[in-house]
Amino acid sequence: MLRKIAITAMSVLSLMAGAAQAEGTFEPQTKDVAFSFEGPFGKFDEHQLQRGLQVYTEVCAACHGLKFVAYRTLGDEGGPKLPEDQVAAYAAQYTAVDADTGEERPAKPSDYFAENTSAGAPDLSLMAKARAGYHGPWGTGLSQLFNGMGGPEHIVSILTGYTGQTKEEAGSSFHENTAFSTGWIKMPPPLTDGQVTFADGSPNDVRHMAEDVAAFLMWTAEPHMMARKMWAFVIVGMMGLFAVLLYLTNKRLWAPYKGRKQA
Amino acid sequence: MAGIPHDHYEPKPGFETWLHTRLPVVALVYDTLMIPTPRNLNWWWIWGIVLAFCLVLQIATGVVLAMHYTPQVNMAFRSVEHIMRDVNAGYMLRYLHANGASLFFFAVYIHIFRGLFYGSYKSPREVTWIIGMLIYLAMMATAFMGYVLPWGQMSFWGATVITGLFGAIPGIGPSIQTWLLGGPAVDNATLNRFFSLHYLLPFVIAALVIVHVWAFHTTGNNNPTGVEVRRGSKAEAEKDTLPFWPYFVIKDLFALAVILVVFFAVVGFMPNYLGHPDNYVQANPLATPAHIVPEWYFLPFYAILRAFTADVWVVQLVHFLTFGIVDAKFFGVLAMFGAILVLALVPWLDTSNVRSGQYRPMFKWWYRLLIVDFIVLMWVGGQTPTELTSWISLLASAYWFAYFLIVLPILGLVEKPLPQPSTIEEDFNAHYGAQPHAAE
Repeated sequence: MLRKIAITAMSVLSLMAGAAQAEGTFEPQTKDVAFSFEGPFGKFDEHQLQRGLQVYTEVCAACHGLKFVAYRTLGDEGGPKLPEDQVAAYAAQYTAVDADTGEERPAKPSDYFAENTSAGAPDLSLMAKARAGYHGPWGTGLSQLFNGMGGPEHIVSILTGYTGQTKEEAGSSFHENTAFSTGWIKMPPPLTDGQVTFADGSPNDVRHMAEDVAAFLMWTAEPHMMARKMWAFVIVGMMGLFAVLLYLTNKRLWAPYKGRKQA
Repeated sequence: MAGIPHDHYEPKPGFETWLHTRLPVVALVYDTLMIPTPRNLNWWWIWGIVLAFCLVLQIATGVVLAMHYTPQVNMAFRSVEHIMRDVNAGYMLRYLHANGASLFFFAVYIHIFRGLFYGSYKSPREVTWIIGMLIYLAMMATAFMGYVLPWGQMSFWGATVITGLFGAIPGIGPSIQTWLLGGPAVDNATLNRFFSLHYLLPFVIAALVIVHVWAFHTTGNNNPTGVEVRRGSKAEAEKDTLPFWPYFVIKDLFALAVILVVFFAVVGFMPNYLGHPDNYVQANPLATPAHIVPEWYFLPFYAILRAFTADVWVVQLVHFLTFGIVDAKFFGVLAMFGAILVLALVPWLDTSNVRSGQYRPMFKWWYRLLIVDFIVLMWVGGQTPTELTSWISLLASAYWFAYFLIVLPILGLVEKPLPQPSTIEEDFNAHYGAQPHAAE
């Protein structure tokens, strides 16, 4: 009975979803990017995270903050995994207000990335979870079920979605962007080919830099993703084993009463 | 405790008797666990255990989360990030708690629809049903207030929209809304009281669960045939039943383990799938999100709330008849609460004297349509309103009310039921064969 209900419901739903999609005006376009960290087996690539950190530091940090991220976490397992001295050196480039003295001093690993609201730009700590991205195929959301909600794909799509058109409106200039919700974004195109030079000689065209910084921002949004997936494998496996044992126990327990199945 | 004859706890001489004469707690546990349970219960009867597990999970994770959370508008969002980043296994606790709410509602909906199909609400189990409805209401209040605590955009705007429903009550509405919020708008006072109540209500639910269990242990469980357990003698009752421990405990735990495999996979691999990205943006009273959508488990009733717009003739008629007191907004609020009220009143709306839907050929179809209706309402509740979705939500809302107020009362009078087995034993043996040498 339940099977019939499910089939009926699914077909009704898919019909209606199709009808609803035919309407609407501007549809932001999100690219489907194959990130290393998608899916149950996906992992962060620490080299990519390090490159992304570099892109953030040299480009994004001019306007955007990362206020929920502590410098110390740059050395964490499952993250960019910078050596301890590099973490300290990275922090020391910046200043922080000491909580005890109230005075400015060079930042320590225990301090947090600066909050930056100078240009009215949003904080990026959680941006990769605060946006949804590719939800295909055909708007079913199946890709989100397996690959995550697609925030990093949204970030790549924004960074590579500029058409070059600009317009003036109410005293501000807007840039046409195929991935932005309204189609016109205030942020000028932040990346140009070859803008950041990576020490390992990785490609530094706009698309590659966008993917690197999107991966880095996924890590800032979900720093324990790899630990979480490890935990998930252990607990799902143990529960599965437990279920098998309980199945066998239950079968034996009921055997005297349910010996011969008639129907 | 139950009216079904069965063995009771006999304290052994010594400490057991000493304790039993002072506090019969062992007897209470024994009699509760050994309750005679219809042996033909099918897999739809496992969701009670899942729900009990959910309550324990939510309280256990919630108590620890509360140790690290700060209910203050400038600190709440950051304290949640502190849990996600710095608290040992904090991200697990939070994802278990957030997705635990979804499992809780998934289970309660199946549990409710099981009751609706097998007539578990019918005499003599009306009180069990009503207590269950109270639990469901308390769950909705708890979940709603819990969603406000992270102080994200959807928290803030969800709270604004839902408390606004009370503002739609004519005359006294705005005062009630201000009283609920602790001020003119959702602010620190709101967050504080929601935190307090979010911590309190689960214990109210726990108490109601005890009463719920007490009630159905008094009447005995319903079962797929709806035929009552024979109570003439212990020997007769034992042909229809088996003790809850170990037969149903092990069966239920097996089902729970299978469900938890899926649940832990969701929590571990796709913890944000059921959430809304906007709630990772800190609450901002000056920026309204493009779409304010409640959590999935509220969507069917949210759809009913939105279905009755000012251009619907029923709304216009009521507006006219009440001299304008009931406007479209208030009508929607009444419809939403009415949708739950008709569900609670189903023991008195269903006129059929056949308990189980298995033996009701016409009922089956209307019931299936109700399930489709519920899924459609859930879908349409999450859509941006268009002309098409307005029609769908109106039709689907109408069927929800029609099922309870028209279909169920009439079916009992016109339907010709199928023959029912005379005993549970007969039904069980028809499936599994008589076992003359069963281990007794």
